[in-house]
This record gives sequence, C-alpha cells and structure tokens, in this order.
Amino acid sequence: MGFLKSYALPRLLQWAVVIAVGTTVTFTIPRLLPTDPVEQTLRRVSTSLLDPRAIETFRATLTDLYGLQGTPLEQYGRFWARLLKADLGPSLGAFPTPVTQIIRDGLPWTIGLLGSATLISWVLGIVVGTLAAYFPRSKWSQFVGGLLVTVYPVPYFILSLVLVMTFAYYIPLFPLVGGATGSPANLGAYVFSILQHGFLPALSLVLGGAAFRFTIARALASGVIASDAVTYAEVAGLPRRRIIFGYVLRNSLLPQVTDLALSIGALFEGALITEFVFSYPGIGYRLYTAILQSDFNMIMGITIFSIVGIATAALLIDLLYPLFDPRVRYR
Amino acid sequence: MQQLSGVLRVTRDLYRSSPSFRTGATILAILLAMGVLSLVSPYGPDDRRVVPVDRPPSLQYFFGTTSLGQDVFWLTTYAIRNSLFVAGLAVVIGRSIAVMLGSFSGYVGGAIDRVISGFTDSFIVIPRLPLLILISFMIRGSLNMLGLAVLLGLLDWAWPSKRYRSQVLTLREEDFTKTATFAGMGTLKIILREHLPFLIPFLLADAVSGFLFAIGMEVTLSVLGLSDLGSPTIGTMIYWAGYYQALLTRRFWWLVAPIVTSVLLVVAMYLLSISLGNYLDPRTRLKVLAARSTA
Repeated sequence: MGFLKSYALPRLLQWAVVIAVGTTVTFTIPRLLPTDPVEQTLRRVSTSLLDPRAIETFRATLTDLYGLQGTPLEQYGRFWARLLKADLGPSLGAFPTPVTQIIRDGLPWTIGLLGSATLISWVLGIVVGTLAAYFPRSKWSQFVGGLLVTVYPVPYFILSLVLVMTFAYYIPLFPLVGGATGSPANLGAYVFSILQHGFLPALSLVLGGAAFRFTIARALASGVIASDAVTYAEVAGLPRRRIIFGYVLRNSLLPQVTDLALSIGALFEGALITEFVFSYPGIGYRLYTAILQSDFNMIMGITIFSIVGIATAALLIDLLYPLFDPRVRYR
Repeated sequence: MQQLSGVLRVTRDLYRSSPSFRTGATILAILLAMGVLSLVSPYGPDDRRVVPVDRPPSLQYFFGTTSLGQDVFWLTTYAIRNSLFVAGLAVVIGRSIAVMLGSFSGYVGGAIDRVISGFTDSFIVIPRLPLLILISFMIRGSLNMLGLAVLLGLLDWAWPSKRYRSQVLTLREEDFTKTATFAGMGTLKIILREHLPFLIPFLLADAVSGFLFAIGMEVTLSVLGLSDLGSPTIGTMIYWAGYYQALLTRRFWWLVAPIVTSVLLVVAMYLLSISLGNYLDPRTRLKVLAARSTA
C-alpha cells in the first residue's frame, strides 16, 4: 500500500498534469496566433465555391468543425468534451475519414519501428558504453567512442538522408519507400518485406539513440567502476564477465530506466522525422501528408495524440521502474 | 583586460593539450570564416539565375551550381550565417528563460516552486516537434528568421531549467551562501556574484545541446517547407535541392554541401563542449594531474 501511495499515485497525477498542460497549450496556441484556420481554408477553396451563400454555409460548417463557436471558455469546455470521447474530428485531406481512424492505421507501423529501435539502441548503448568504460584504453573502445561521438550530434534528418542516399539510392540494397509489399496472406514473404523496409529507418533511429545512450552509459559506468565494491570484486578475483555484467552494468542501470522515460519523447520525434525521409507509413508520414495537404485538423489531432501517447509511454516506463529497483518496491 | 588574457591563455592551453578542442576549434573557425565571407559575396542571398545552371564542382564554381542558377559555394556561406544566427538566438532565448525560471523557482521554494516544477516536468515530456509543426504551419509564409529563432527558443527551456533549479537548490545550502547573507549581501547580488560562476560550466554544455536542437529543428522544419524558404539556410538548401530532384538527377553536390556543413558544424560544437566540460570540471583536471605525476 505504501508503494501505491508514495510512488504510483504521484506518477499518475504527473501523467494527468502532463496531458492537461500539453492539450491546453495545443488549444491555446492556434487561438493566440494571428491567422484564422477557417479563413485560411476558405481562401484555399473559395475559387471553386463562387456562390456567397455556399461560402457562408461552408464558413459556419468550418467554424463548427474547428470548435470556434462561443467564448474561449465554452470552446475549451467543448474541446475537452470531444477529447474525452476520443473524437478528433474528420481529416480535411481525406474527408470525411476521422482523424482517429488515420492515426489508428499508422500507429502499428510507428509503434513497431519506434519500439524495436528503442529497445535495440537502449540495450546496445548500455552494453557498449559499459564495456567502453571498463576498457577505456583499448583500441576498439576508443574507435567506437569516436564514431558514436561523431554520430550523436548529427540531426536525425541528416542521418536518415545520408542513409537513404547511400543504401537505397547509390547502392540500392534496400527499398526507397513504403512499409511492406505483398499481402499478409503470404506470411513469410510479408514479414521479410517488413524487415527489409524497416531496416534502414530502424538503423538511423538505432544509431542516433545508441550514441546518446552510449555517452550516458560510459559516464555512469565510470562512476561505478571507481567505487569500492568493484575494486573489492577485482581484488577478490571474480571473473571479469561477472564484474562487468553483474556489478558495473547492473549498478548503472537504474538511472537509465528513468532516463528512458524522459527521452521517449525525443525518440518519438526522431521516428517522425525518419518516417518523412523513408516514406514509412506510420504517424510521421501521415503528419507529412497532412502538411502537404494543409490538413489543419489532422496536424492538430496528431499533436494531441502524440502528447497523450508519449505521456502514457513515459508513465508505463515509470510504473515498471519498481521491477528494477527493490528500494521503491518495498517502501 | 586581465580576464581577456586569461581566456586567451586557457584557449591556448586547451588547443595544445586537447585533441578534441583542436579539431572542434579548427572546423568551427573555418565555418565561421565562410559565414563571414558571405558579407563579400558577389551575389545577394536571394539572387537566382546569375550563374550557369547545374554545373558540377570546378575551379570556377568550387561547390558547383544549382538548377536555380545559384553558386553553391556562396549559397553555403549565406546558409552558415543564417543557420548560426537562428541557432544562436534560439539558444540565448531558451537559456535565458531556463536560467531565470530555474533559479527563481529554486530560490523561492514552497508552493510556487512546486507549481513551476510541475509545469516544467510536464513540458519536458511533451514532444515538441508536432507542436512546432502546428505553430509554424499556422503562421506559414509569415515566419522569418527572427520568428523561427524566437519560436525555437520558446520551446527549448524545460530540460535545462530543471537542471538549473537543482543546481541552485544545492548552492543555496552551501555555507558561503549563509555567510554572504549574514554579511548583508542582497539576494540578487548573491545570485549574480556568488552562484552564477558555479552555473557557467553547465551553461556552456547546455548551450551546445540547445544549439544542436535548434540546428536539427531548423533543418526539419525547412525540409517540410514550413520555414522561411526564401532565405538560404542549411535546411532550405536541402529543401530546394529536394524540390528540384537533385538526388534523382544525380546533382549530388547540391545536397552534399548542406549535409557536410551541418555535420561539421554540430560535430565541431559537440567536440568543443566536451573538451570545455572536461576542462571546467575540477574532477577531470585532478585525474589528469594524477596521471601526470605517476607517469
């Protein structure tokens, strides 16, 4: 009970606060800006709608669609009423398909890409970073360190673009666009196609993510290596493998779990960017299409969905934390 | 004057002792020199059709020319200048908010601190790219360099603010703070004179990470066609190269220039921040001293 009260409840509260702050910011910003989405949309379509009466009805429909009737407070109330029903309105680019439907179609791709890339880069970054901290003078650790330090600051877009140029265009090892070819009926070929299409997007995410994780893991592990426990284990003549994985890595793992929850948003942004570059059919690609089609509703919907999704992902990681840390579990 | 010579001496020592500082400083100096060269460019930043189109790199056109009739070399000099301006201003705005909010909340404490911290913690988790896209989509067409820099700065304060707050919380408990208070020093003076110097090492590293964020977001927004496409930046160069199918038509030089420039820029910045961080962190200096005395 103590655990629930002192750990889980505050996290749950924080989750609610994040969503409240995020959606309120998303609600407020478009209303603070000088541009009016209704007039913008009207200007774009008004050449085809010449009848002023038709334009008036269309304006009323749009105002209703964007939830712009009444005082800001009433608008805010209706905004939340719609959100709680998980209603993000229709997409303007693919009218009248609901935004939620389009997000749901893209979601498995994004989760698959983001999930596998996050897991791989997290494990890879920690293991390599710990090893590099334990053998700071060896040739390979300095080489890997140098390589990852060069990759780490490079923007996701540039990294993906270079990978596309090299491995899909000049050396056509991988397909240029899409998520998969064929149909799920032929399961083996379909899974292979998914892996083949997903490899490069995942690689760019893994490289960026692992480089970041590596720098933190190396710093954390250096601290643990300098501790008395590790010196004692070395003096006691424990096998090196056991010292590295049982003592050094294990002791530097906890901050990495917390950090994963904090950096999941940045990883998600990376996935969005990677999807634009590779035309990978997840949420990021749908966001890109929405920008090209000037689909305000879709952009708004994806923004709100991202905030809720990332906050929830961070909450889940935080709630898993007691599995790793007995001090929290037995509080 | 004395401080200036001190800075120069540190720079010289770092240049001699740290390979990462040497590499970073050299690359950055070259890029800055290119940015300055844009002031004497024979063409204006938005001149088009002034050179023959689609020429590969040659002695006459070092980096080749674009399909729009621009000289890629001179275009790159403008791009470096503009990107540095956007990123630099964004860093200044973001860090100013972070330092003020973080130290204010750390010093005041109590309920106000809890509210500010709660807000900051929520902002850290919120993914900023969709928000950035939403905003720049709505003001598309009227977003200039200055607006972009302000926008990026306004979105990049939450994480550093949390760090400054925790630094201030420890500094506030230090003995010298109490001594200063009892000696009758005002709060503002204590913050500026006694505490700010402790924040500077972190501020430097943090400024670089803000710089990386701003460069990355500028490129992303420009490639999506949401920034000021008329001004040459690293991002808009890539946008126009993509628009004119530079990859499919094998005019790779148009893309290579901005890509290489951006990679060099961020890596140089990062190397500088690593070496400065190592220098400013007393623990690593002690380690170096220990290694020297045993050698």
